Amino acid sequence: MIQDLTENIIALSTPQGVGAIGVIRLSGPGIIEISDRFFKGRNLTKVEGNTVHYGKIVDESDRIIDECVATVFRAPRSYTKEDVIEFSCHGSPYILDQVIQLFLRHGVRMAQAGEFTLRAFLNGQMDLSQAEAVADLIASDNAASHEIAMRQMRGGFSDEIKQLRQELIEFASLIELELDFGEEDVEFADRSKLQGLVEKIKSVINRLLESFQLGNVIKNGVTTVIAGRPNAGKSTLLNALLNEERAIVSDIAGTTRDTIEESLNIKGIQFRLIDTAGIRKAQDEIERIGVDRTIEKIGSSSIVIYVFDVIESSPEQLWSDIDRFLEGSKVLTAGSKRIFIANKMDLNPYIRPEDYYRDGLISTDNLITASAKNKMNIDYIKDKIYDTVIGDPTMMQQTIVTNSRHYDALRKSDEALEAVLRGLSDGTTGDFIALDIRQSLHHLGEITGDISTDDLLDSIFSNFCIGK
Amino acid sequence: MFPEYDVIVVGAGHAGCEAAVAAANMGSKVLLATMNMQTIAQMSCNPAMGGVAKGQIVREIDALGGYSGIVTDHTMVQFRMLNKSKGPAMWSPRAQSDRMLFAAKWREMLEANENIDFWQEMVKGLIVKDGRCQGVMTSIGLEIRAKSVVLTNGTFLNGLIHIGEKQLGGGRAGERAATGITEQLVDLGFESGRMKTGTPPRIDGRSLDYSKMEIQAGDERPAKFSFTDTPDLKKQLPCHVSYTSPEVHDTLKEGFDRSPMFNGRIRGLGPRYCPSIEDKINRFAERDRHQLFVEPEGWNTCEIYVNGFSSSLPEDVQYKALRKVAGFENMKMFRPGYAIEYDFFPPTQLWPSLETKLVQNLFFAGQINGTTGYEEAACQGLMAGINAHLKVTEEDPFILKRSDAYIGVLIDDLVNKGTKEPYRMFTSRAEYRILIRQDNADLRLTPIATALGMQHMEERIERVHEKEAAMKKIEKYLSKTSVSPDQVNGWLKQIGSSPLKQSVKLQTVLSRPKVHIEDLTNLIPEFQELINDIPADFVESAEVNLKYSGYLTKEQEMVEKMNRLENLILKDNFEYDKIESLSAEAREKLNHIKPRTLGQASRISGVSPSDISVLLVHVGR
Repeated sequence: MIQDLTENIIALSTPQGVGAIGVIRLSGPGIIEISDRFFKGRNLTKVEGNTVHYGKIVDESDRIIDECVATVFRAPRSYTKEDVIEFSCHGSPYILDQVIQLFLRHGVRMAQAGEFTLRAFLNGQMDLSQAEAVADLIASDNAASHEIAMRQMRGGFSDEIKQLRQELIEFASLIELELDFGEEDVEFADRSKLQGLVEKIKSVINRLLESFQLGNVIKNGVTTVIAGRPNAGKSTLLNALLNEERAIVSDIAGTTRDTIEESLNIKGIQFRLIDTAGIRKAQDEIERIGVDRTIEKIGSSSIVIYVFDVIESSPEQLWSDIDRFLEGSKVLTAGSKRIFIANKMDLNPYIRPEDYYRDGLISTDNLITASAKNKMNIDYIKDKIYDTVIGDPTMMQQTIVTNSRHYDALRKSDEALEAVLRGLSDGTTGDFIALDIRQSLHHLGEITGDISTDDLLDSIFSNFCIGK
Repeated sequence: MFPEYDVIVVGAGHAGCEAAVAAANMGSKVLLATMNMQTIAQMSCNPAMGGVAKGQIVREIDALGGYSGIVTDHTMVQFRMLNKSKGPAMWSPRAQSDRMLFAAKWREMLEANENIDFWQEMVKGLIVKDGRCQGVMTSIGLEIRAKSVVLTNGTFLNGLIHIGEKQLGGGRAGERAATGITEQLVDLGFESGRMKTGTPPRIDGRSLDYSKMEIQAGDERPAKFSFTDTPDLKKQLPCHVSYTSPEVHDTLKEGFDRSPMFNGRIRGLGPRYCPSIEDKINRFAERDRHQLFVEPEGWNTCEIYVNGFSSSLPEDVQYKALRKVAGFENMKMFRPGYAIEYDFFPPTQLWPSLETKLVQNLFFAGQINGTTGYEEAACQGLMAGINAHLKVTEEDPFILKRSDAYIGVLIDDLVNKGTKEPYRMFTSRAEYRILIRQDNADLRLTPIATALGMQHMEERIERVHEKEAAMKKIEKYLSKTSVSPDQVNGWLKQIGSSPLKQSVKLQTVLSRPKVHIEDLTNLIPEFQELINDIPADFVESAEVNLKYSGYLTKEQEMVEKMNRLENLILKDNFEYDKIESLSAEAREKLNHIKPRTLGQASRISGVSPSDISVLLVHVGR
């Protein structure tokens, strides 16, 4: 899609993933005013160019998203020769995503691949040889990103959008038929049917939009929390999975006071492993904070690995812990997957795993006996974690939107469809409804790369007998 | 015998007549060459002007100083504003004309123009020197010189008529074909193609039983096409509607083995939206009836045009089948329908000015470019005539954007996408149809044509100024004046609209669905007084602007986005081959079309958005 050079654009300028800081760059004519609305600190619209300011980024309801440093560049003294803001935030993918989403909601759109550089050229910052390199970059980037988009999630996303677009074209052609051939003897689909179709398309788009959260999770790592009673061997398991001494381990219960996060790649899928403080009635204030944080982490995780000590925990003890700490506090949401690790098997090899089974909660499918200390069954645990993601239809088979640009296009498409529904319920005439349908089609086309309206007439001519 | 003309127009159909008038009114000395002066401005097919999207074009032609609207207003026998139940973008004027009066009025208006000379003879070739067209050669060997030439040959180039198994060389029923031009153009390097169109039988109205048909009358208060002061339509003729039946279809099917459509004798591609009756029953076998419009050919004739029954089946099959239609039992035929194949030149060989890329000072307009329809032809003629003149005076070509007019959409589609079937205008082809309506054609285009130097625009431009002032007055009143709940809640309840909670501006009330400006005049006497002296169509345009301002703004924003690309100029000698990051297909297409702007490039099929990004980089700003 050709991008409008007077629009405000945003992108993450540092690599995806966890880092010390993440830099978000924004460029465009109105970008300082927009940024200032969500920046608590100096008034950015009043500051000089090439200056740096400490402050907080807040959302619409004044909730603080992050503390950050804003660097202000004023046109033409910037990379793009436009007004530019760079926010240096904490390097959490979640925070960075929240900041980007905030601006996407307020008139800023995702930058295309190479677009900052493209603007730099168009505004006379670069010479032609440099620009040609950019042109190649854009071309290759587009091809590559298209290929990735196609492959992504086994092509489900792209196919689904194409199908939606096709249905919408058929819908639009019914309206166009009415407009261009209203004088002829053609039957028109009734409005309630049309409304049903738009609602259906909208619900699919909304599902795609919701899956965006999940999609980001896959891209930045599936959050996987290791939980359990103190001294169950959680940190030992983390070290074993990472194959390094990351967490301090000791025999003293409650060694881990705060959560520790580490990345683990299993067969190409990124997991964010979070070791947590053991869950028990806290002995002191610091531990209490740690326990609270653990419960919070479990609540927002996709996978929970619950570790228990086969020596300390009888089946009854385990079940009651789960009821008390997890089910009771309702932090184990339906969406999260659970793996139970019967740890310290080396100390009592005669334990029968089936004694721990419990209907609908613990079974041979999700209980693994292990010894983290002796690295027993660690590879098997990794396989289990991997299968949990791959085997879950809600995570894999459903289409997942992972690209913010796609998200943006879907959202705009959804807005246009909302206007269509409004029009249908107000009894607005077809020419206006068609305008909104076209907008929606246009945005879906930004994803599939197909934006011609010739499809409409083709659809009409092949389906209806037209012509006096 | 001849002076050197500024512009020679070859052909005097809808395209040729408008071309001659446009060039002449721009100030050129024009020669209009036609094979037969008795058939100037013939309506070869149905006796009607306008219709959905086409009516908008006629209004635009009129706003630009063309004559099609004036001629139609003087000669119509019925007027209807189509699609009145839909939004204002869809309102489309359509008129039935008296075929003979139409041609006579055109000839009268052409003859009244001192800048136009006439010559009756077939043009069989062009004088081309150094890649520039310098005149024409006629069948008796005359050479007539001109600085520019406009070809509007219609269906005459190697025209071939099919009726069943019979084939006749000819450009129209009873008229011979034109030869020589295609062959010469192909020698010069032009690509040519073949297209097909058709026309239904003409029959004797005295032999019909109208009591068995539905009647379709004209509007009670007929409007007009022209923005000038043409006469009001006082009396109207009705049309009638009847239907085919399974019996009719079966009779037609008996002739399928002798149909040139189905036995492969016709090779040219016909329009999908104007199929012959045999095509309709073949492709849509599930439909047991098709609508037929029974249209009078004029005030003083019993000749009837059977709209919807275009056919190239043998005349006996047409006759037998038609007699099975309700009301047609005793039908007498004047002449059968026929199909006609003719040469056209894929329009991607033209610049947006309609000048050919291969031969300078040579312009094409009408069916020669692969279009169909009087209106489509006429507007191309107008544009070619203007540009032929501008070429002579060495001025920049006159090009309308897609957001300016349907005419802009039409020419932009032709030169960038070409066409495989005869091209007809539809409103759905226009991205910005809410902005380019029939009611504002004058506001959009009359000032442009006046500034361009088109003569005889005084009446039109004065009316534009009056209209603008009146609209401003209305818009100001409605956007400044408040109305209280007491004043309107009773009426709002009546029409099923939710009551007001507090006072609002009248414009807010007007923007509700189901609310019309007449409602406000009834409620607010002061407003009634304000618009008392304002013509109804001015009030209507003001209403549209206010009522739909949200949609208008939305489209305007889209236009502005697009126009930024339209303002980025690509040089003619741009070396696309050297840009490796362009796709191979894009390079080939861009070399062929040679777009003038980046916006134009973006509409060429095969040029992808990433190709445009690449070009954007190379063009810079």
